[in-house]
Amino acid sequence: MPSPARIDASSAAHVVQLVGVTRTYGSGASAFHALRGVDLTIDEGEFIAIMGPSGSGKSTMMNILGCLDVPTSGTYRFRDVRVETLDRNRRALLRRHFLGFVFQGFNLLARTSALENVELPLLYRGEPREKRRAAARAALEAVGLLAWQQHTAAELSGGQQQRVAIARAIVTRPALLLADEPTGNLDSERSSEIMQLLTTLNREQGISIAMVTHEPDMADYADRIVHLVDGRIADVQRRAEAS
Amino acid sequence: MLWSTILLAFRAIRRNAVRSLLTVLGIVIGVAAVVTMVTLGNGATRSVSEQIASLGSNLLMVLPGKRLGPGRDSAGAPAFKIADVAAIEVQIGALKAVAPSVTTGATLVHEAKNWATTVTGTSRAYFAIGNWKLVAGRVFSDAEEKAGKAACVIGETVRRELFGREDPVGARLRVKQFSCTVVGLLRAKGQSAMGNDQDNTVVMPLRTAQRRLTGSRDVGLLLVSLRDGAASERVQDQLVQLMRERRRIADNEEDDFNVLDTRQIAQAMSGTTRIMTMLLGAVAAVSLLVGGIGIMNIMLVSVTERTREIGLRLAIGALEHEVLLQFLVEAVVLSSLGGLAGLVLATIASVALARLIQVPWIFDLQINAIAFLFAAGIGVLFGSFPARRAARLDPIEALRRE
Repeated sequence: MPSPARIDASSAAHVVQLVGVTRTYGSGASAFHALRGVDLTIDEGEFIAIMGPSGSGKSTMMNILGCLDVPTSGTYRFRDVRVETLDRNRRALLRRHFLGFVFQGFNLLARTSALENVELPLLYRGEPREKRRAAARAALEAVGLLAWQQHTAAELSGGQQQRVAIARAIVTRPALLLADEPTGNLDSERSSEIMQLLTTLNREQGISIAMVTHEPDMADYADRIVHLVDGRIADVQRRAEAS
Repeated sequence: MLWSTILLAFRAIRRNAVRSLLTVLGIVIGVAAVVTMVTLGNGATRSVSEQIASLGSNLLMVLPGKRLGPGRDSAGAPAFKIADVAAIEVQIGALKAVAPSVTTGATLVHEAKNWATTVTGTSRAYFAIGNWKLVAGRVFSDAEEKAGKAACVIGETVRRELFGREDPVGARLRVKQFSCTVVGLLRAKGQSAMGNDQDNTVVMPLRTAQRRLTGSRDVGLLLVSLRDGAASERVQDQLVQLMRERRRIADNEEDDFNVLDTRQIAQAMSGTTRIMTMLLGAVAAVSLLVGGIGIMNIMLVSVTERTREIGLRLAIGALEHEVLLQFLVEAVVLSSLGGLAGLVLATIASVALARLIQVPWIFDLQINAIAFLFAAGIGVLFGSFPARRAARLDPIEALRRE
């Protein structure tokens, strides 16, 4: 088992640097090219949104950024680490120490309290119980749900569940937060609350965020919007231009 | 890490309490069956040995007849005589006592009640050889024995059936056609290893029985009790040799009598019960195995059901072996809890059943430990396949699953 210390991705100017990344599923005539050469950098503390029609490669992009998948060709540097050279377990350790995930479907453990849900990533880090509790409470406070810590996920509304999920993602103080359609299952009011929360975390805690969305309103919260079409970056908008 | 994994497993089991209970039911029943069977079997073995020991330790029985078993032929074999007893006493060392014995069925009558029993005619040595103790009165005296007086000692069952609350000592008892005086009451021994009631007995002097009941001078059986530490085989050889001489059996002829060692019978019988115990235990162990398959089934369901959870755990950085360990520990904790419940159930069941079938209840640490470890082992065995399946899941696929 590789020790966490051997994956040193503690600092660099860019959090993420993709160079010529392709991802092909299958081979030969039936091969499907999900990404066809993507170059992208995400700076420390930056908030980017990834948009595009379905089949444009958004999910593949998120999987690669989240180190759940590796490029078929090209390089992915996470800070100073060449992710494509890491095996499954080393990528798991990278995720454990530097990444946070927020999903469209929340993915909380249903019959488990909010506090225990938030503690989960720290459990895998082997943090002592008291430290876990304190960090989980702090994270729940940051998302405004400290009062709900003993409620199980099933007892919370959709918006609250997503906020617990965000607390779970930030409890490890990740270098990059990956959000896959975080507002996809929420109404517009709940959605803007979530987006404001993400923006606040981005500004105040300096957590870099990469978010996939197909709602322009949500993308507008980001510093930069990357438009994917057919596995290529078609357009990049800066916020200044967007507004 | 292991401790938190175990806590996690407990949490998962508690969350699905009913399903977990149903899952481990097979293990619970399996462990309970194995432990109950073996515990009762041990009790039965112990009680057989104890009953045989109550016959008297180091006891040899000499019976007329060619050989024991099917086709046994005792018709041509002459009975023993009282002189054989004297000869054995004189010629063979290392003996504690020798007693002749004739037994015959007889109906007893006392006042308005009658009762069928077995009457034994013997010498005073019979009581020491058979470990018989007296509750009241005395055994017949040497003089009564020699003279063939009508003095008898009765067993507990005879007393209960004929005398009720009356004190039997000194009372008159009619045995078949003659009347005799009850001089003593024997302490109860209970059932014999063969299942007959040892207390349903009347003991009187050999001569009395011969004259009044059997009408012959034959002795049916010789009881020979060895001194402690005497070599049974050597005494048996000497007995055989002596009896062959006395019965004038030629060198090329078979013995027309048998020498049995009660200790050997005891060993054979407790050996049989032990084998029965093992067989029953083995049958019960099969149900344990079936219980294990139940665990595997439920763990597979659990892995499928929790695919998204596993995906999430992998995504937030759980390593393959950590997920494997989680499910393995869950299976082991589940089967161990089942094992524990099975032990508790077995204790309750075996105590109750032991009382019911009247065998002693003996706690056997070994079988309890083996059954528990076996249950836990089944958790490892049948939990590892589902656990491996969980650990190998692709987090992307797993998260996408509804």
